[in-house]
Amino acid sequence: MAMVFIPPTMRDATNGDEKVSVHAANIGQLIRELDQVYPGMADRLCEDGRIRGEIAVAVDGEITEIGMFATVEENSEVHFLPAISGGSGT
Amino acid sequence: MATTDFRVIGTRPIRHDGTDKVTGRAKYGGDTAAADLLYAKILRSPHAHARIVSIDTSKAAAHPGVKGVITGMDLPELGPGTIEVGETPSVNAMQMSTNVMARTKVLYKGHAVAAVVATSVHIAEEALAAIEVQYEVLPHVMDVRESMKDEAPLLLDGQTTTSLGKDTGKKSNIATHTVFEIGDTSKGFAEADLVVENEFTTSPTHQGYIEPQSAMVFWNSDDEITIWTSNQGPFGVRTNTALLLNVPLSSIKVIPLEIGGGFGGKIPVYLEPVAALLSKMSGHPVKMTLTRTEVLEATGPTPGSYMKAKIGVKNDGTIVAGEAYLAFAAGAFPGSAVGAGAMCMFTPYDVENLHIDAYDVLVNKPKVSAYRAPGAPQAAYAVESVIDEICGKLGMDRIEFRMKNAAKQGTRQVTGVPLGSVGNVEMLEAVKNSDHYNAPLGGPNRGRGVASGFWFNAGMQSSATLQVNPDGTVAQVTGSVDIGGTRVATAMQAAEVLGLEAHDVKPVVADTNSIGYTAVTGGSRTAFATGWATYQAANDIVKQMKERAAKLWETDASDVEFDEGTFTRASNSEQEFTFKGLAARLMETGGPVVGKATVTPPGVGAGFGHHIVDVEVDPETGKVDVVRYTAFQDVGKAIHPSYVEGQIQGGAVQGIGWALNEEYYYNDSGVMANSSFLDYRMPTSLDLPMIDTVLIEVPNPGHPYGARGVGEVPLVPGLAALGNAVTNAIGTRMNQLPMKPGKILSALGEIDN
Repeated sequence: MAMVFIPPTMRDATNGDEKVSVHAANIGQLIRELDQVYPGMADRLCEDGRIRGEIAVAVDGEITEIGMFATVEENSEVHFLPAISGGSGT
Repeated sequence: MATTDFRVIGTRPIRHDGTDKVTGRAKYGGDTAAADLLYAKILRSPHAHARIVSIDTSKAAAHPGVKGVITGMDLPELGPGTIEVGETPSVNAMQMSTNVMARTKVLYKGHAVAAVVATSVHIAEEALAAIEVQYEVLPHVMDVRESMKDEAPLLLDGQTTTSLGKDTGKKSNIATHTVFEIGDTSKGFAEADLVVENEFTTSPTHQGYIEPQSAMVFWNSDDEITIWTSNQGPFGVRTNTALLLNVPLSSIKVIPLEIGGGFGGKIPVYLEPVAALLSKMSGHPVKMTLTRTEVLEATGPTPGSYMKAKIGVKNDGTIVAGEAYLAFAAGAFPGSAVGAGAMCMFTPYDVENLHIDAYDVLVNKPKVSAYRAPGAPQAAYAVESVIDEICGKLGMDRIEFRMKNAAKQGTRQVTGVPLGSVGNVEMLEAVKNSDHYNAPLGGPNRGRGVASGFWFNAGMQSSATLQVNPDGTVAQVTGSVDIGGTRVATAMQAAEVLGLEAHDVKPVVADTNSIGYTAVTGGSRTAFATGWATYQAANDIVKQMKERAAKLWETDASDVEFDEGTFTRASNSEQEFTFKGLAARLMETGGPVVGKATVTPPGVGAGFGHHIVDVEVDPETGKVDVVRYTAFQDVGKAIHPSYVEGQIQGGAVQGIGWALNEEYYYNDSGVMANSSFLDYRMPTSLDLPMIDTVLIEVPNPGHPYGARGVGEVPLVPGLAALGNAVTNAIGTRMNQLPMKPGKILSALGEIDN
């Protein structure tokens, strides 16, 4: 099972849980599974079916550019963190 | 990974664009010209904060030679909130549009309120003076801590604070409050033998690119828009201009020009949508070029900051906990790089317990934009200064301390994400053994400072095509604007694969209709990611040319081998083609060979740097002279060492300016008082010693040749290294930047400041 690390900003949605084990083959499935356990997590992480622009996803230490379609392995570590921005957005 | 047997990688060929650039033939934004060209200028707010009561453009429109006038109301009204724009992350389009030109309110001195297009620049300027704007001046707020108070004047009517990822609904200039945390800092600090805490401020500084923003736009009668611009990302210009004008992406073609520096500051669009509207209105191509004052007053500087850092250590020097409070001034709209600063500041160290509060705060200053490792230099200044203080109190060698606590592969960052393969330890060993670190200071009033820095580096998307010419050379097309030598650095990677020399590969930077999507030249990504694309495209060529050789030898492609520019038949080693020999026979074996690749490469190698600086302080004037400077950096593998060294030297110099002189100096009315290069004091060659560089090559396993991004890391350590050096020289901790002479004399007790 993949280990999902919940950032401090979202632990209100996980009853304070910092780590969660999830069965999933990709990030999209992983988020759906998370939402089953912690209703509302999908809305916190996604907008219009995509990872929110202000959130980045790291799988096994690598920030992924392909969001929901990033592959998750059986022993993967998944982190959600603020996307890097330098003021280029607006 | 072999690092010593490359034929092209690691050599120093002259860049393909070098001659054009040193002889003045290269075409920058200001060099564009077209038949029937018109010129546009922008009217800007004289106030830091005011409501626009009315704008009367009638006299300007009637001015002889004027062909059009627009205000912010001529830009399409876009919905609130962020929207997905396909090629780039979601953006707040309405805020972007309002920064390009104000609609109902001006939020900083220099905010655009109207624009005129005319037959000459001077006529356009005359017409600007004829535009009558009535303002209701509002109270302004310039200081980040003042702006965070409940009673502060609000910049944006609908702005509420998003705290811990949720909208609080509370109206405030605090756009976001983010928390980063690992471990338990209460427990960590309880175990500490020594805890040091200090607070720091930095001023906004500008990227200081030598070429002002410049663009030429033609909106033709078929509603096709062509943009010539010196921006870091032509595809981003296409996306954002389409968004702001509410036109199809495909109606815009962006032709990138040479660029006279960017450093992150030339990622946003400022001119292009305005020039496009004026072109549509007039039916002519329209050119706009900012003045230096406009650049300083209205294009993104870096955020000023207020920071606190607290670190607990054991007596043996082990760091047991760290905390930080960062408040970054984003300018008129949200989006400072406070999160990135937070995520970088403790990364050089392996610390189990960390907690950081990060605030993104609006003030009545231009909206900030990226500047080399955005957010990281300020944040590193806070942490590295506290570490310097700790080393002093413990009596520990400053490099031994850092080696004891050094982050390495597997070390968890404050986000919890473990580091990949990095060269932090190897770099610190090089520092410790260096001549500079072990040399005496060599004079009175001198001090030495050291500091570390970290930046993630980026990958993102890149595309490349390579076409084989009949003479055996290869034309290379990418979408990466060449700021720091990336034409040659990417061509070298293709040449290495193909067994050619660097100058056998002819690189071209193409327009947005001529190459696949390629992200901005920024994030230290181009030599890495676009290099990956040229590497893959070159391998595509090898595969296709093996098939051509097989056809000529009447065998199967699996019977063809390729090594160092020669195709050999495995089953008969006497049969071979050189790359050039086979290139001459492509037409008879099926026609041209074109290799292509589009990549989103993982394996981005993060980067660490460490700087040593010696300064001499004049106790009578407070002037600081930099007498020796050495910058160390883990660069993975230096594709072209000269340009890697150049990146490091440039970053170090920008850090020197930021630390010692550069600042946005505002008067009581919120007006920048030093908006020229005469008064905004950047270092020149006369202010500087040679910047020595030491390249540490710990190959990045995520790149075929081991490359890491190198462009941003070298700005990160400098502020702190300078601060520590001056502190060492005068005996008083310097916790405000810039350390201008008045501040030094104040610290020395010579004057009140």
